[in-house]
Parts: sequence; C-alpha cells; structure tokens
Amino acid sequence: MSLQATTSHTVGPFFSIGLTRLSHSDLAGLGVAGERIAIEGRVLDGDGNPVPDALIELWQANSHGKYAHPEDKQEKSVETGFKGYGRQPTDDAGKFRFTTIKPGPVPGPDGKPQAPHIAVSVFARGLQRRLVTRIYFPDEAANAADFALNRVDPARRGTLIAKKVAGQAGVLEWNVILQGAGETVFFDIGL
Amino acid sequence: MASLPGYRRPYPGTQPNHLHPLYRSSLKRAPAQPLIYLPHTLSEVTGPLFGAESVDVKACDLTKQGHGDPLGQRIIVSGRVLDENSRPLSRTLVEIWQANSAGRYLHRNDQHHATLDPNFTGCGHALTDDEGRYRFVTIRPGEYPWGNHYNAWRPAHIHFSIFGPAFATRLVTQMYFPGDPLIPFDPIFNCTADEKARNRLISLFDWETTIPVHALGYRFDIVLAGRDATPMEF
Repeated sequence: MSLQATTSHTVGPFFSIGLTRLSHSDLAGLGVAGERIAIEGRVLDGDGNPVPDALIELWQANSHGKYAHPEDKQEKSVETGFKGYGRQPTDDAGKFRFTTIKPGPVPGPDGKPQAPHIAVSVFARGLQRRLVTRIYFPDEAANAADFALNRVDPARRGTLIAKKVAGQAGVLEWNVILQGAGETVFFDIGL
Repeated sequence: MASLPGYRRPYPGTQPNHLHPLYRSSLKRAPAQPLIYLPHTLSEVTGPLFGAESVDVKACDLTKQGHGDPLGQRIIVSGRVLDENSRPLSRTLVEIWQANSAGRYLHRNDQHHATLDPNFTGCGHALTDDEGRYRFVTIRPGEYPWGNHYNAWRPAHIHFSIFGPAFATRLVTQMYFPGDPLIPFDPIFNCTADEKARNRLISLFDWETTIPVHALGYRFDIVLAGRDATPMEF
C-alpha cells in the first residue's frame, strides 16, 4: 500500500524547548582525523534583519569521505564517536557557529566524486518546510566539476561556498540569506 | 553509485509552499528564487541515526518531569512512524514540544499572559520500537493567541520532529486534536492545499489507547518519504 508523506509544518518560535537537548556545535571530537575548521555565520531575512529563531542542522562525511551510516558501503573507516551531525539555534543576532573537520569527497552520480560539502537544513518560524542547502569550501579545485554546483547559475554559486575569515586560520564564514539580494541557493530534495 | 535509489518526492499539493501570505512570518523568510532540483546522492540518502544511547527512556512521559502532577488533562499520544511504502520505521527518534494546559510555552519569548506550570516542561522524546510505534504521556496543550492577524488563536497542537533513515526523510510537523473549532481558521494549518493531506495532521481519538479512569488516547501516525523502487535517473 502506498501512503503519502505527512505534511510539514514550521518549527515555530519556541522550538528550543524541545530541540535543545540534541544541540551540539562540535561535530568532531578528539580522535577524529581531519583539518579542523569553524563555520560561523548569520541567518538573515528579506529585509537583511537577523533571524534569531532559526535552527541549523548539519550532516557531513568524515575526512575520508565516509558517512556514519549503513548506506555508505565504501571501504573506508569511520572514527568511533563520529556522527557527522550538528544542530544549533541562531542567537539573538541571528548568529550560529560550528566546529568540525573538513569532510572528504563523497561519491556522486555515475561514481564521480562530489566536491567536499556539508548538507544543511534550515528551520525557522515562517518556514513551513525546511530549506535545504549545502556548504562548500573555498580554494577547492573539485568545486568546478561538482554536479550540484553545476546545476546552479554561476552568479549564485558563491552563496554556497564558505569564505575564509582574514586573520583567523581555519575559520570560515557562511551566511544564510533567506530572501532577496544575495539570496542563498536552496535545493529541492523533496521534503 | 549511479544506481543509488533516492527517496520519493511529495505528491502535488500535499506539502506547503514556502511563501504563504496569510502566514505573515513567511513573507520575509520564504526564498524568492525557485529551488534548484537536486537528485539524491549518498549525502541525501544517509543521515544522522540515533540509538538508545541518545535517549532518556523516561522522556516519553511529560507528566513525570516535576515534583508533582502538571495541571491539565492527561492524555496518551501514540502512533506509528511509517514510510510511504507502509514500512514501519523502527529505532527512529521522535522529539516533541508543546504549550502547557494554559497555552503557555516554557520559553523566554512567550509573553502570553497565562500561567507557567512548574511541573511541566512541555518537551519529550522517544525512539520508535521494532514496529515503528511511539507513545507519549502528556497534557492536552492549551490554545493560545498569536500576532498573525486580529484575534488570531492557534488551535491546540503538539510539535513533532522526526529524523527517519536519511537526510531526505527529515520532517518537522504539528499534530492537532479532533473537533478543535480553531482549526479551520488557522493559517498554518491551511497552508497545505490538499485537504486530505491537511486533515491527516488531526489526530484521532483512540479508545484502544485510552486508559480507563486515567487518560484519553489520541492516535497520530506519521509518514516519511519512502524509497523509490527504481534508481534515480541522473
């Protein structure tokens, strides 16, 4: 029998009472290999105002390009304790910050590797469905051939690529512009 | 990886759009540009999994979080988490949060002039069992006013967050109660075009889970995106 997926609704303004327990900003504890990075940014609305009640969730592979998930059949190892999942609410200034390791490339269509990326869900009051996007990395040669980036108008690709923060090694800035000038590219993956 | 099956896309009309002018908070937050269609890859068919180590088994009873009984009507909310192929989703995390019986959330930004209940946090979580079942004991949440339009009141509801097996199956939604007279007037409820899909968010009163002399039962089944039978075409 075929069913239909349940209708999505907004997380509303008070999600933090239910979703804080699983919040954590550090995706890679001690013993997880890879280049240590911090990703920080803000969520802004169509007027450029900070969104203080958004929730960001990240999903990523480890530095070998392996997901901590049984569907990933690659013969690569996952460090004990590496989950690859992060969740943070924005603060009153719309800011969020994660620390993690740069993921390795994972397989894409036709077995070609995808450029390193982190899958992102954005939830907020006002968003009846989550917004799905990706964080890519600066100075990454593989970006040029990435199948998802190549689906995006070149003028908008930059919204998906984090920027180095001058003077702060390993710190990347990546913002979520929900609407208007510089609007972040969001992907349709279904729900 | 070319033959990796993806997850099904929603049936037309069964999911809300991002922009709904009658839901005012969407006006400045919905993207103006169309979304870019992305076939599913390993990044979308994998996702965070949570096991027993992530769960406090007592967190499914929201009436036992304080030093005494919370105020309000005790209820049992239970159901199954299935995929679109009717397959039960076992060991998946279900998180819930809600207002107390007076219609007030335990949140610093909730300014509604209604009493807080020291014995009720309004949050809980549970893993589904082998048959995809979950069960919460809680208090029927109160309706509350909001600023969307003149004399706007949200129907009583419980927020649900479910992960399922993949990034592509992530779902956040709200459960309503049968017979709530506010439902037809709620812009959030009405955002979904398909009436049947909309009405599936209304739980069913359930004699089977009702406990005599103790608590009424409400049933709410949740369906997450199902796996495509055939591999994605790239």
